[in-house]
Amino acid sequence: MGKTLFDKIWDAHVVEKIQDGPSVLYIDKHFIHEVTSPQAFNGIEKRGLSLFRPKQTIATADHNVPTLNQHLPIKDLLSKMQVDQLIENCEKHGVELYGLGHPYQGIVHVIGPELGITQPGMTIVCGDSHTSTHGAFGTIAFGIGTSEVEMVFASQCVLQTKPKTMRINIDGELSSGVVSKDIILYIIAKISASGATGYFVEYAGSTIRALSMEARMTICNMSIEMGARGGMIAPDEITFGYIKGRTYAPKGADWDKQLADWKQLYSDEDAVFDLELTFDAAEIAPMITYGTNPGLGMAIDANIPLTDSISNEGERKNLAQALTYMGLNSGAALLGMPVQHVFIGSCTNSRIEDLRLVAALVKGRKKHDGVKVMIVPGSQQVAKQVHAEGLDRIFAEAGFQIRQAGCSACLGMNEDKIPAGEYCISTSNRNFEGRQGAGARTLLASPLTAAAAAITGVVTDVRDLINPN
Amino acid sequence: MQALQQIKSSFVPLPIENVDTDQIIPARFLKATTRDGFGKNLFRDWRYEQDDELKPKPDFVLNQTTFSGDILVAGKNFGCGSSREHAAWALLDYGFKAVVSSFFADIFKNNALNNGVLPVIVSENFLQQIFALSASDTLSIDVAAQTITIDATGAQASFELNPYKKTCLLNGYDDIDFLISRKATIEKFELEKG
Repeated sequence: MGKTLFDKIWDAHVVEKIQDGPSVLYIDKHFIHEVTSPQAFNGIEKRGLSLFRPKQTIATADHNVPTLNQHLPIKDLLSKMQVDQLIENCEKHGVELYGLGHPYQGIVHVIGPELGITQPGMTIVCGDSHTSTHGAFGTIAFGIGTSEVEMVFASQCVLQTKPKTMRINIDGELSSGVVSKDIILYIIAKISASGATGYFVEYAGSTIRALSMEARMTICNMSIEMGARGGMIAPDEITFGYIKGRTYAPKGADWDKQLADWKQLYSDEDAVFDLELTFDAAEIAPMITYGTNPGLGMAIDANIPLTDSISNEGERKNLAQALTYMGLNSGAALLGMPVQHVFIGSCTNSRIEDLRLVAALVKGRKKHDGVKVMIVPGSQQVAKQVHAEGLDRIFAEAGFQIRQAGCSACLGMNEDKIPAGEYCISTSNRNFEGRQGAGARTLLASPLTAAAAAITGVVTDVRDLINPN
Repeated sequence: MQALQQIKSSFVPLPIENVDTDQIIPARFLKATTRDGFGKNLFRDWRYEQDDELKPKPDFVLNQTTFSGDILVAGKNFGCGSSREHAAWALLDYGFKAVVSSFFADIFKNNALNNGVLPVIVSENFLQQIFALSASDTLSIDVAAQTITIDATGAQASFELNPYKKTCLLNGYDDIDFLISRKATIEKFELEKG
């Protein structure tokens, strides 16, 4: 029997299998940030250890950083302390840090790929659930807790039980106005926020093959939102083309050797998955969420489900509680509903391609007076590119505020928060209660749908702006 | 890590599904650099009006004197979302030794186990039996036997626990000690991998 892509990479990284227990899994690359690493550094220091393989860990500051005036000292003292501690810990333990002010600084899941650190066949972990993003390159990449960060510091390994495998096939052509964010929101709405728990997902099919790396990253990024341990896509010419020439990509003869290995990374024809699902790309419309978990999503022109129509009591209560928090009515439509904020950013949708999509739609248009629009590029390099391509002028003319790189209003750890009771169309990944600020109401959508709402001030079907007839 | 063998305690019911780690401990409390003190902010925004400790929400279970104990019982898909281990630290710091649910998110389950907080997976039916109990009822959890018992009715369910993790819990061992002990094997692996 053939092997899945997951099995090929997993098997190549198992140091040993504990009898009746997990495997010792070797980690090629370890990303860290300021929020989930300090206790792990404390932990190894308390044990009197140094980092086992410091060169395989890469650090950046993203969660807590301000997105305005990054050249000034951080005003929030606790945030400053955490960022300062990261600097101190990295210096002390010999870890490369792309901190504030560094040209490579940015959201950890944006900078890894753009620097060419993320490469096919690797195992990658980070104390952050959206580590699944890196799976777009054909890697096993997953989020870990701080105790596991400490394990990687101490041994370059984690103990992991092998997950089950799932393949999600998406075939066919996407309709106009539908992008990769809509694909993943559609899948999560279909299988629920826990539909892939216990599984590692491989995305396949002609629709996926046609996507750019940025678009693939958006899909893998949100794998965790359906509970999956991670998501991955077999590398192909699009992957190799993206990596080639990047800062840390292999060069010369080394490139040829690596490329030959990378070309072996695919699921064999006779590989068997524990579960296989298939979706038709033509069925997917621009998506939006209406609830407080990413599984509560629908086509933008649909109506919110009727609570009474749900037979399962737990799910019914869950939806009712979500709608109360969101201030929305069961059975209602969202189209035409005013929104006060638009957030375009996060590790899901803050890459140059996302911002190009937004710019193409808003060029020559202005934002609606009732909406505040915040664009937060994923990294300093993305911000530089935005400027080089003149997208910043388009955004400025539209009345959008463009900020500096960081996680920003995705989780509101810094000052970028949505006020209680107000609605935000967000290109981020989570619509949990209070995620963007206490009482904030988040509607997850694609960069295109977010840009459309910025222009009209209401929830809008972007297809009406693209094809005005 | 503290060893955990048996728990006999009353419980705190939280019959809500998809409790995400942002609810367990909101992001604004993740700025600490130690593992201590997260308990006071456990379920912060469900516990207090307008983030004000002087305004407890009377409907929320942690604010009711009726329910207390070392065991939290929650609806399915507990701990979904962010990988923040702070969620497990907050539960532990508040005083919970075990969480019972019909389904746990993967990363939370690992984080809980790595801190000696036991995730107990029971059937939806058994979970509903617990939710139907009165506040004075107790539950008994036996880690070695992998059983949970409703003391009043004698109803018992067994739960899954990886044998390796069970040994760790029973003895208070942690994974880091184990991994450090495997260093020679790991170095050999690196050499062979090239």
